[in-house]
Order: sequence, then structure tokens, then C-alpha cells
Amino acid sequence: MTNSAQHRIRNLQGNHACALAAVAAGCRFYAGYPITPSSEVAERMAAELPRVGGTFIQMEDEIASMGAVLGASIGGIKAMTATSGPGFSLKQENLGYAMGAEIPCVVINVMRGGPSTGMPTRPAQGDVMQARWGSHGDTVVIALVPASVAEIYSQTVRAFNLSEQLRVPVIVLIDEIIGHLVETVEIPASDTLVVTGRKWASGPAEDFKPYAINGSDIPAMPRPGAGYRTHITGLTHAEDGFPTQDPAVVARVMTRLLGKLDHHRDLIDCYETVACDDAEILIVAYGITARSAHRAVHQARAQGLAAGLFRPVTLWPFPEQALRSVTRCAQAVLVPEMNGGQLCWEVDRICAGTPVSRLNRIDGESITPDQIQQRIIELAEHAGH
Amino acid sequence: MQGTEHSDFDIRDYLRTDLFPHFMCPGCGHGIALRALLWALHELDISMNNLALVSGIGCSGRTAAYVDTNTMHVTHGRPLAFATGLKLARPDLAVVVITGDGDCLAIGGNHLIHACRRNLDMTCVMLNNEVYGMTGGQVSPTTSNDRFTTTTPLGNHEPVFDACELATAAGASLVGREITLQTPSLKDLFKTALSHRGFSFVEVISDCTEIYGRKNDLGNSTEMILKQKSGIRPESYGNAVEHPFRPGDWKTGILTRVERPEYGDSYRQHIATKQRAVKTVTK
Repeated sequence: MTNSAQHRIRNLQGNHACALAAVAAGCRFYAGYPITPSSEVAERMAAELPRVGGTFIQMEDEIASMGAVLGASIGGIKAMTATSGPGFSLKQENLGYAMGAEIPCVVINVMRGGPSTGMPTRPAQGDVMQARWGSHGDTVVIALVPASVAEIYSQTVRAFNLSEQLRVPVIVLIDEIIGHLVETVEIPASDTLVVTGRKWASGPAEDFKPYAINGSDIPAMPRPGAGYRTHITGLTHAEDGFPTQDPAVVARVMTRLLGKLDHHRDLIDCYETVACDDAEILIVAYGITARSAHRAVHQARAQGLAAGLFRPVTLWPFPEQALRSVTRCAQAVLVPEMNGGQLCWEVDRICAGTPVSRLNRIDGESITPDQIQQRIIELAEHAGH
Repeated sequence: MQGTEHSDFDIRDYLRTDLFPHFMCPGCGHGIALRALLWALHELDISMNNLALVSGIGCSGRTAAYVDTNTMHVTHGRPLAFATGLKLARPDLAVVVITGDGDCLAIGGNHLIHACRRNLDMTCVMLNNEVYGMTGGQVSPTTSNDRFTTTTPLGNHEPVFDACELATAAGASLVGREITLQTPSLKDLFKTALSHRGFSFVEVISDCTEIYGRKNDLGNSTEMILKQKSGIRPESYGNAVEHPFRPGDWKTGILTRVERPEYGDSYRQHIATKQRAVKTVTK
């Protein structure tokens, strides 16, 4: 190992890794509001951003933080905020604005359970559905769910890339356990890190239409000051950016907006499979729960049970085709989650025909490998009859 | 003070006239306020390419779209939050917020007081028509006592906010108020606010003839504006402590002007100084 590679190996807390990754991805603006268990992201950003000429601001509330992030992003700067369950609820208003007006932004949500304040210091995977459907109306959003500190780093970088390229809010759902876990991470050398930016509008300002698609279905963004003088609104707008209620125009622009991620699934989809090829008992798990499931699968295989793990890294839009492709041999699917049952609905929909059962913990503790292994044994016995 | 002399200002140079007819009701004071703002921008020679106009929701919020500049019509009550991020990210842009009494003082009240406290360089224009006009005429934090609205069918019994007192108390470094009767005076107040380095707050006493004036028998637009004039109290009259605020008895002109560090400057300066200090210690 070279000296420089050794130098890049660090013991990092998940939340700190998230902040360092954001800076490496080019984030130069952070607005936030303190909330457990995400506050270390803000604290690290407050220390890191001034060193690279960025701006950190602690706003008066979660709503203002999200607003400031969008203001900075409209200005052309990569911007991020971090929060947890109750704060994530407050972000939804302006997250919806970002979806509709197509403003890139990254929102870190170090999850807890609920309803309401829940247990601020206990782990839970409470916001799977809020990430997808939290804002009113139809929504368009990407959510990523890392399972290790190293993956928090890589997925935070990826969150910025996807958000800037596709002009869509990207949410990173982090488990409290991983956010506060210290693990060894090899920080990628800056010349190997893939960092992509936004496509800026170029060409004549006359008759420029900020939401017109030219070749790509993601419109190029006009930079304030570049002479385009465009209008941005949360109202349903035509290609020229101005509000419209013309049914034909609304149908056209909304179809593009809500479908725009469909054409980029090769970029968006991300998942891991473990022993899925011949798996009769398939576990679908994410985040920290997937680590327990991974171990349970190995234990089950050692017992001669054909268990496998499908782990979505991109949670929304769900890697549907990939999951379908590994259910060929499956006789039973198990979805362990640290909530009352959220992703199980999506898995049930995708695995139609195969029985999907749940394993839930809502007591503020993680699901253990033994718990999952026990269920694998039960499901295998049931399937064998 | 200048303003009544000949001017080469033509409002049509600054408007997206292809969006006309506009949505404002006949007699609405918002158009007069917008004219005065554009006139001030014209006289200060502020480039429309480098201006960002951020507005919230309501009648006030919809005015921004008619200006041929970088316009952002954001969520209800949040224009100051968006503007804060934008100005910090892009100090090169002139940032003006257009908001209303409901947008700014009710749903956006928290953002207003903290924007005042920070003193980031921007101008907040609050068009006060004493009512939620866009939603059909509900009571707002500035609705005068005993006035009828759709949600105060027996007359308003709630205390009234004085937005300028609030902004001053929260730390805004320039605060002023005008009515729409004398557009040149309003234009001059806007010029002062736009030229001020720091957070400036301008309250414009506007009038909603259609759903507020009519419901309260306040007459047509001219009558409403003349009534405002009879109610104003120029700043030379005295300060608010000696002469406590009474609804309809507006103090006008520049009400607060203090020099204090601008947020963006002080942030950048603070970081430069502290980082130098840290580097010296670690050497």
C-alpha cells in the first residue's frame, strides 16, 4: 500500500463521513437546524466548509434551512441539509418545491421512529415511506440507503451527482446506528472520485424556455446573472416557467416531470445481492438491518438452507426489475425492518405470487441475525411442507 | 428629496408585458408599490440581470412574476429563507424580497425576525393590505380593529402588529414605511433601502379595495388612499415611545437607520481572521 493510500484510510463516524463526502462532492453550502441524531453532520460541515470557501449557516428552523438550501442551489452552488424524522416532516414543504421547480438538493435524514418526537436517540427506520411520499401531491424523488460508514461516504457523493444531473432532490436515509458507528473508510483519492455537475443553460437568452427539453429530458438550468432572467415557481408551470392551467400543457409537463426518472434507471438503480441465484428464502433488507440479514443468510447457508439477500442501496425509485429477477426460485420472501412495516408493501407488490412476510422491531433495538435466521428456518420448514 | 422632476423611467422597460393582462384587481395598491420599486431600481441603475426578486404566496407574491428579472415565486412565508441562501451563495446578486402582511408576519414571522437579526444585505418589501386577499379576504396580523373580514364576521378583536416596530426590535438596520399616495416619496424610500448595506425593511401601506374596502365601506381606491394619508404621522412627529402606536395612525418615512456589520461581510471576515489565528497556533 502506498503512503498516500495509507493516509486516506481513516476511522470515521458515519455522520462525519457524510459531511466529508459532501465537501468532496463539491457541496459548498449547508443550512441546517440541530436535531438528534443528525447533528454531527452539521457540526462537521460548520468546521469543513469555511476551509474550502463554502458557507455554513444554522437557520431559525428546519423549514428555513430547506428554503436556504434551495436559494443557494438556485444561485448555482451545491447545497445540503441534514435532519431527522420530525425535522424531515418540516422539510417536506420545500422539498415539494424542489421537486416541482426541479432544484437540485441533498437532504440527509438520520432516521428515528415515530409518530411525532419518538425516541430521538434510538435507532429506527421510520422514514421509508415519508421519503417517497412525504410531500403533498405527486412526488418525484430519489432516496439512497447506505449500510456502512464507507457506503455513507460513497452514497453521499452519489446523491450530489444524481441530484445535479437529474435536477431532483436526493434523500440519504441513514440509520442512527451507522450514523454514530465508527468504521474504517478509505477516502477515495480526489482524482478517482467521480463528481458530476449540473448542466447549465447556454446559448441565446432570447425566447429561452427554462423547462424546455432539448435532446435530454432534463432541462438545462439557467444561472442567475447569466442574462436569462427566468421565473421559478411552485405553481404548475409551462416550459417557459410561468404558471399555466391549460389542461393540455399541464398534462404534458407533468407527464415529463413525474416520468423523468424512468429514463435514467441505469444511473439510479443500485443494489447488492448475496447468494440470490438459487435462493428459496429471499430476504429484502436495507441499511443496518441488511447487515444482520447478511449474517443470517451465511448462518442459514451453513445449515444447508437456500437463503439469499437482496439489499437495495437506491430505495426510491425501488430497483424493481432487479428484485424481480432474483425471485425465480423464491418460495418465500422476508422483509425485516425497524418500523411497523413500510418497505414490505412495495416488496409485496413487486413479488406478487410469492408470499411476503414481515419481521418488524419497533422497540428502539436493531433486528439481530439470530432473529432473522430463526425466521428463515421457519419459512424453510413451511415451504418444505 | 427628488422625484417629481422629469424622469426617463418607463415602467414598460422593466415588465414582462407579454403576461398582461395582470391579475391585480382595479384599485389595488400593489401596482403602485411595484412601480415605485422599479423606478428606484432604475434610478440606482441596478441591472435586471443581476437582480433577484424573491416572493412568497398571496397577492404580493404574484407581483414578482411581472418583472423582467430573475424572479422566484417560492413557498408561503419562506421568501426570506430562500433569499438568505441565495444571497450567501451569490453575494454578487442584488436580492429583493416582496412579501405581504400574512406571508411576512404570520406564516413567515420567524423568518422575518431572524433575517432582521442577521442583517444580511437585502431589501424586504412588505405590501400591507391588512388582509389575505388571494384566499378571499381573511383576517391578517395587520387587520385594523373592528374591521370585517370573512373570518371576523363580527369585526376584528385581535391586537394589530406594527411590522416596522417588530423589524426594528429584531435588529433590522434600516426600516421605513410609506403609503402609496406619493409614489416619488415611496420611490425615494426604496432607493434608501436598496442603497443600504444590511437588511432593510420597507412596509408599504397598500389598499385592497375589492374584498376588504368593499366589505368595510372604505370607499374606492382613491378614498382609501386619502384615508391613509389622513392617518399617517411623519417621522418628524416624534418617536413611537412618546407617541404609542395606534391603528391607522401610521408613522411614515425612515423610522430606523443604524450602522452595524453586514452578515455576509462579517461571516467572511470572521472566518478569515479565525483561520489565520488557527494556522498561527498550529505552526
